[in-house]
Amino acid sequence: MNVQKNGTKKGMIVSPIENGTVIDHLPPGRAVRIARMLGLTEGAVVIIGQNLKSTKYGRKDLIKVENRFLTDEECSRIALFAPNATVNIIRDSELVEKRKVSIPDVVEGIAICSNANCITNKEPVPTRMVTVSRSPVVIACYYCGYEVKAEDLRLRG
Amino acid sequence: MDFLNRDIVSIKDLTRSDLDKVFGIARRMERDGYDRGLLRGKRISLLFYEPSTRTRLSFQAAAQSLGADTIWFAGIEGTSVMKGETLKDTIETVSNYADAIVIRHPYDGAARWAAEITTRRTERGEKKVPIINGGDGRNEHPTQTMLDLYTMAQSQGRIDGLTIAMAGDLKYGRTVHSLAYALGMYGCRIRLVAPEQLQMPPHVLSYLASRGVECTLHTSIEEVIGEVDILYMTRIQKERFPDENEYNRVRGMYRVTRKMLQPAKPTMRVMHPLPRVDEVSVDVDDDPRSYYFKQAGNGVPIRAALLAMVLGGIS
Repeated sequence: MNVQKNGTKKGMIVSPIENGTVIDHLPPGRAVRIARMLGLTEGAVVIIGQNLKSTKYGRKDLIKVENRFLTDEECSRIALFAPNATVNIIRDSELVEKRKVSIPDVVEGIAICSNANCITNKEPVPTRMVTVSRSPVVIACYYCGYEVKAEDLRLRG
Repeated sequence: MDFLNRDIVSIKDLTRSDLDKVFGIARRMERDGYDRGLLRGKRISLLFYEPSTRTRLSFQAAAQSLGADTIWFAGIEGTSVMKGETLKDTIETVSNYADAIVIRHPYDGAARWAAEITTRRTERGEKKVPIINGGDGRNEHPTQTMLDLYTMAQSQGRIDGLTIAMAGDLKYGRTVHSLAYALGMYGCRIRLVAPEQLQMPPHVLSYLASRGVECTLHTSIEEVIGEVDILYMTRIQKERFPDENEYNRVRGMYRVTRKMLQPAKPTMRVMHPLPRVDEVSVDVDDDPRSYYFKQAGNGVPIRAALLAMVLGGIS
């Protein structure tokens, strides 16, 4: 593996971080959305790379965030939009952990049901989305059953 | 699964064995008569946020036939919903007054939310008040499906392997969504007849496909009338259309007349959840193949069986 001690590959055009998380192998065009979903755009130092060269996927997006370490639940949420993502934890410029993400069974609170007539869009009801298919990733509203592909899932905020 | 205190929200929550149990008890009640002592002392609340004739009255008739009391509203006029009360607060309140709640609501998923509210109450030490979905928005109408299946079995002697056409508003019609889910359990062949803009929603079609149900799409009733055992007509529901122009483009598109039934099998039956507007001509009423009024009548034994099972009158 050609990962250097600060989680940056050789020839990478974005600068390394000492402590934090590198979210790698995101499909091109998804990084900003994922950063927003995780609340990374609010205050933290974040570097977003878009359409970077990837030997594995051709092109990819990447997120680096300083002094923020993602929980398992946050990694699951990433999987909805980027099933092949890897999450690298960097401490003292060392790669200390490399995680694969896995698609969650249930997503609560963060998404909006795409069915305008759903009770969750009409009354103060927290949303709950259930994964009904993993390839392709399809998510259904727990309340009204309305299904959307994960890439079309709308998020709150 | 045991029916005691069980929420009846989606037909997909029920197995074929569950449905067959309901039909068995309904048949027994029809044959032996209703036991007015079965639910004596029980109170059933009917919360109908939307208009209804058959669902509300047949639930009420079913409850009364078994000796239960009913408390109800029909339309939100005169209730605190008019003052902005949320569904949660109404359900929390009515759960104190009733042993079961039947709800009809304009929003998809309202019944599932109501069921969650009464389940959460049990975590606070309150008794479970089961929720029965009497139709939630464009989503589902599971008790209609139960009586539809019961009617098919009654008229054809079986459900397994029947060929069933559903025609009209398949996009917004909750009865056909629930029915399509259920027919997949019985190995039925499904013919979906609708203009493109009112065809069955993709999530229902993908559910049927995932279960290997034979299902074909059509735009005219004539294409399928000769092969089907049941022609299930539906009303184009003006109230569900977000855009009146869209409604005007499709209204009156499907109209079954007695003449159109000529190529149909003598054993074929025309069903309709009712009310009808003009999609089934009045001259079909006198054809022996019309079955929609008998279908509406089956609401009482099916709903009585269900209430008895959910409220513990019959195990």
